[in-house]
Amino acid sequence: MDFARHRLTVAFLALLALAAAAPMFLGVAKFPQWLEVALGGLLTGVLYSLVALGLVLIFKASGVFNFAQGAMVLFAALTLVRLAEKMPLALAIAVTLAIMIAMAWVIERVVLRPLVNQEGIVLFMATLGVAYFLDGFGQSLWGSDIYTLHVGMPKEPKIILESTFDGGVLVDMEDFVAAIIAAILVAALALFFQKTATGRALRAVADDHQAAQSVGIPLNRIWVIVWSVAGLVALVAGIVWGSKLGVQFSISQVALKALPVVILGGFTSIPGAIVGGLIIGLGEKLSEVYLGPAFGGGIENWFAYVLALVFLLFRPEGLFGEKIIDRV
Amino acid sequence: MKREYRIKAAALALAVAGTLGVALDALAQSSKEIFVPVLVYRTGPYAPNGVPWANGFVDYLKLVNARDGGVNGVKIAYEECETGYATDRGVECYERLKSKHPVAYSPLSTGITYALTDKVFGDHIVLITAGYGRADSVDGAVFRWNFPMLGTYWDGADILVQHVKAKGSLKGKKIALVYHDSPYGKEPIPVLEELAKREGFELLKLPVTAPGVEQKATWLQIRQQRPDYVFVWGWGVMNSTALKEAIAVSYPRAQIYGVWWSAAEPDVVPAEMAAKGYNGLALGHSAEKTDPIHKDMIKYLYDKGQGTAANKSDIGSVLYNRGMLSAMLTVESIRAAQKKYGNRVVTGDEVRWGAEHLNIDAARIKALGVEGMMQPVHTSCADHGGVHAARIHTWDGSEWSYTSEMYTSETKYLAPMIKASAEKYAAEKKLPIEDCGKAS
Amino acid sequence: MIYRETGQFKTTYASDSQLFPILQDRAFVIGALVFAFVAVPFLASDYLFRAILTPFLILSLAALGLNILVGYCGQVSLGTGGFMAVGAYAAYNFAVRVPQLDLIVIFILAGLCAALVGVVFGIPSLRIKGFYLAVATLAAQFFIDWAFARIQWFTNDTPSGSVSAPPLSVLGHAIQGPVQKYLLVLSIVAVAALVARNLTRGAIGRSWMATRDMDVAAEVIGIRPLHAKLTAFAVSSFFVGMSGALWAFVYLGSWEPLAFDVNRSFQLLFMVIIGGLGSILGSFLGAAFIVILPLVLNQLPTALGIPLSTAMISHIEFMVFGALIVFFLIAEPRGLARLWAIGKEKLRLWPFPH
Repeated sequence: MDFARHRLTVAFLALLALAAAAPMFLGVAKFPQWLEVALGGLLTGVLYSLVALGLVLIFKASGVFNFAQGAMVLFAALTLVRLAEKMPLALAIAVTLAIMIAMAWVIERVVLRPLVNQEGIVLFMATLGVAYFLDGFGQSLWGSDIYTLHVGMPKEPKIILESTFDGGVLVDMEDFVAAIIAAILVAALALFFQKTATGRALRAVADDHQAAQSVGIPLNRIWVIVWSVAGLVALVAGIVWGSKLGVQFSISQVALKALPVVILGGFTSIPGAIVGGLIIGLGEKLSEVYLGPAFGGGIENWFAYVLALVFLLFRPEGLFGEKIIDRV
Repeated sequence: MKREYRIKAAALALAVAGTLGVALDALAQSSKEIFVPVLVYRTGPYAPNGVPWANGFVDYLKLVNARDGGVNGVKIAYEECETGYATDRGVECYERLKSKHPVAYSPLSTGITYALTDKVFGDHIVLITAGYGRADSVDGAVFRWNFPMLGTYWDGADILVQHVKAKGSLKGKKIALVYHDSPYGKEPIPVLEELAKREGFELLKLPVTAPGVEQKATWLQIRQQRPDYVFVWGWGVMNSTALKEAIAVSYPRAQIYGVWWSAAEPDVVPAEMAAKGYNGLALGHSAEKTDPIHKDMIKYLYDKGQGTAANKSDIGSVLYNRGMLSAMLTVESIRAAQKKYGNRVVTGDEVRWGAEHLNIDAARIKALGVEGMMQPVHTSCADHGGVHAARIHTWDGSEWSYTSEMYTSETKYLAPMIKASAEKYAAEKKLPIEDCGKAS
Repeated sequence: MIYRETGQFKTTYASDSQLFPILQDRAFVIGALVFAFVAVPFLASDYLFRAILTPFLILSLAALGLNILVGYCGQVSLGTGGFMAVGAYAAYNFAVRVPQLDLIVIFILAGLCAALVGVVFGIPSLRIKGFYLAVATLAAQFFIDWAFARIQWFTNDTPSGSVSAPPLSVLGHAIQGPVQKYLLVLSIVAVAALVARNLTRGAIGRSWMATRDMDVAAEVIGIRPLHAKLTAFAVSSFFVGMSGALWAFVYLGSWEPLAFDVNRSFQLLFMVIIGGLGSILGSFLGAAFIVILPLVLNQLPTALGIPLSTAMISHIEFMVFGALIVFFLIAEPRGLARLWAIGKEKLRLWPFPH
């Protein structure tokens, strides 16, 4: 990053950091409590990143902003939880993964291929249609109840640093384990992209569709692979969110929170999705706990978006995104 | 080119067909049956709680037809309409089903109740909002068509405070209210603020944006502020999320009290044993499963494959019972109307009279097969609620059990609040205020 | 053959630049308006008015506003629900605090308030484009939803947060009953459509379309991007705000902030996309499609005699909705309005094939 050129962005980030630490300076919060909220925020942010990862993957490879990612998360979670009622968990996960890959193939064939050269807004609306379809389809197949997903996540919190701070610092163990799972997933994806031939082909397609085609990379197959990987990411996100909240309809709405994350991080960057998620999660929770009471509460819903919006004004392409070049 | 043309032609045809296919007006409604519409939500974030209520409601109507041959020989026709808890869909359902001459609506949503309250004045249809709706609609002088039977949210808030006060003076204590950021969740706030002034406790208001899956920050605040009690006023997935987050911050469940819509099986089962000790308001009934009415349900409906619920074990759950009681109050209002106006298909005005003159005493409760699930209900022009009592039930990890005696809400200060609010509404809408002394 | 414009010569500039230069078009539109104003009040049933025609007209006004922003100016907006809420609550506050004002004046003032808010939230569009702007407008949507739920002043300190509109009256004449409400809404929408059509035909509309097609080139030839984009936001929000006020006052009667949530924004965007971006007629067609589709889907199983639970019908609604959107995008990405235009083209040659 060129610091001189991005003075505004650096200043903005510094301001954010100051604002985040402000409650302690103002005496409103003591460090252990602040740390609790900050940790909670960071961990929640990782969960948002999980959903954002799928968005970034698909946008990178096919230029489509996949609004159906949330619906895919819900569908994967629903399928898994209902299959797990009838078969052992490992088998259920494998079957669900197979179903997600089949779904990726169907979406590519039915939705993407006919719309191949349309403008971005048309593809975006098509994924919105797919989202609606998946919402209805999943619920008609599996039902609208809240289903409990047992994957062995810890439910009780852990209190750490009790000796150093009075009362200790509360860490939500379920979120913590989810963060570790997310880290493993990101590492696996990074390995996939760097070390395997398919991964290299994906990066080539993300760079330039026509150039990739000219060296013989089959675009259609690559898109199916990308959507399948996004489906896998959706499955992992579905497991984590489903275990935390219970598998129910509102999980698809959580995906709306992934949007400020990709904005902050950049639509085409995987580390951006992670960093963006961390910033959004942290900002959200800190603002709700320390800024919220002044406004009467309930501000976290829009705070993430406003944060992303203000950030966009300084850096329209996001933290790690590619600079937008307009050809006139 | 040809294929493209065909696709375009098909699209046009579809569009034309779709726009020309205007919904058919209701026709096949026999004039020999009383029509009761059922506004439900079986999909969306509130479905887990809406489905059992809907099952109980419809089952009771089916039972009345199957077991008794209708109300005094007149069968009940019903139709479900999906609202998804959304106000505009509720209004659309209301308008669509109005042509079938319904006598009473039970929308199961405070938001939809607010929207329909304006319309029923002109349409002469009764709104029976058992356990929800506008708290000030108890005043029948203004709200001639609303009947918040069994208890309102103001009753509930008052009773909760009575119960925790019995555990020790509230002076200097802190009570947090975690509420759904909608008319439903905001309804108890005036009463709680008034009581905070009287009893000397601090009220901490923590709104949760609908649908309520984001509560981590809320409960982190609770962990930091350490209130003595937390009242939960949620619906749908907000309830189970609240309990899960409470577990995640180790807030003792025994200090959490939910309103009667936040204290049912769908709310505690997702958290299972960890929710043990969670308390809730029981609106006269809990999860009774073996009353004579349930036996009748099994005998007349489920054994013949006519039951609405997917599993027989759903019969008698908290929300199922409440839906059942809502339907029962509707049927009893029809019965009371028929007693005065004759055993025929009664109109909305007549059912309104019936609802305003309900007198369900202990003997009638026993005859209906719901003994122990209801307190006697006695409505009048001045009191459209009929009864204002509730008690506390607690979840022990696998079932609910009563943990207090019956409380009645304190009318002394509630009555002037209700009157003031009702009069404000009447002034805003330029409505006439009925004189209850002279009403028939 | 029927639609030929042969023989229709224009002798003055005024007649050449009129709204509907072809006689058949003029006749059709005037005929449709006369039918809507005069014949429909006698022909349609109560239910048609209250549940279909009134919401269709109000939502087509909102779709009109959104089409100006998305279709003519190319700025994607997902915050339409929020602007409708601004219009609704502004109208409520004017009606409650200044009761002497006439209803039409209240609606116009509500539209102006919404236009102001629209301009404020449109400022980021100068820096942000495309999807980023869509997500930025979501910020407007969620913030506005929160503001009306939290700030007591907007709801006249109602404890429940649910407000209800006072009785309607225009120029001293009370508006009661579905037919009068329908006529009120129809008049407002007809005037608004005329205004919108003329705006898009004029210089300002051309500046919007230039910005949509290639904003850098537009700037190069002298169209001020600030002016173009902010006026698009202002005009669009004016219409959307007015439709929000109508929706709240005429259709719902009593509402809370959740009535204007993000699902409403998506619904309006669907209307505009399916109806046709950049077309006034498209807004109406899209609104009709979206309003009638759920009703048809609801009635179809019962009409065909297939017993389905309401839950299943609701799920099928979602599925058919999503599938139809994808189908329309594949078959005709320029929407129903384009299909209509193609129909007219064929009609010009009929009965000849070419």
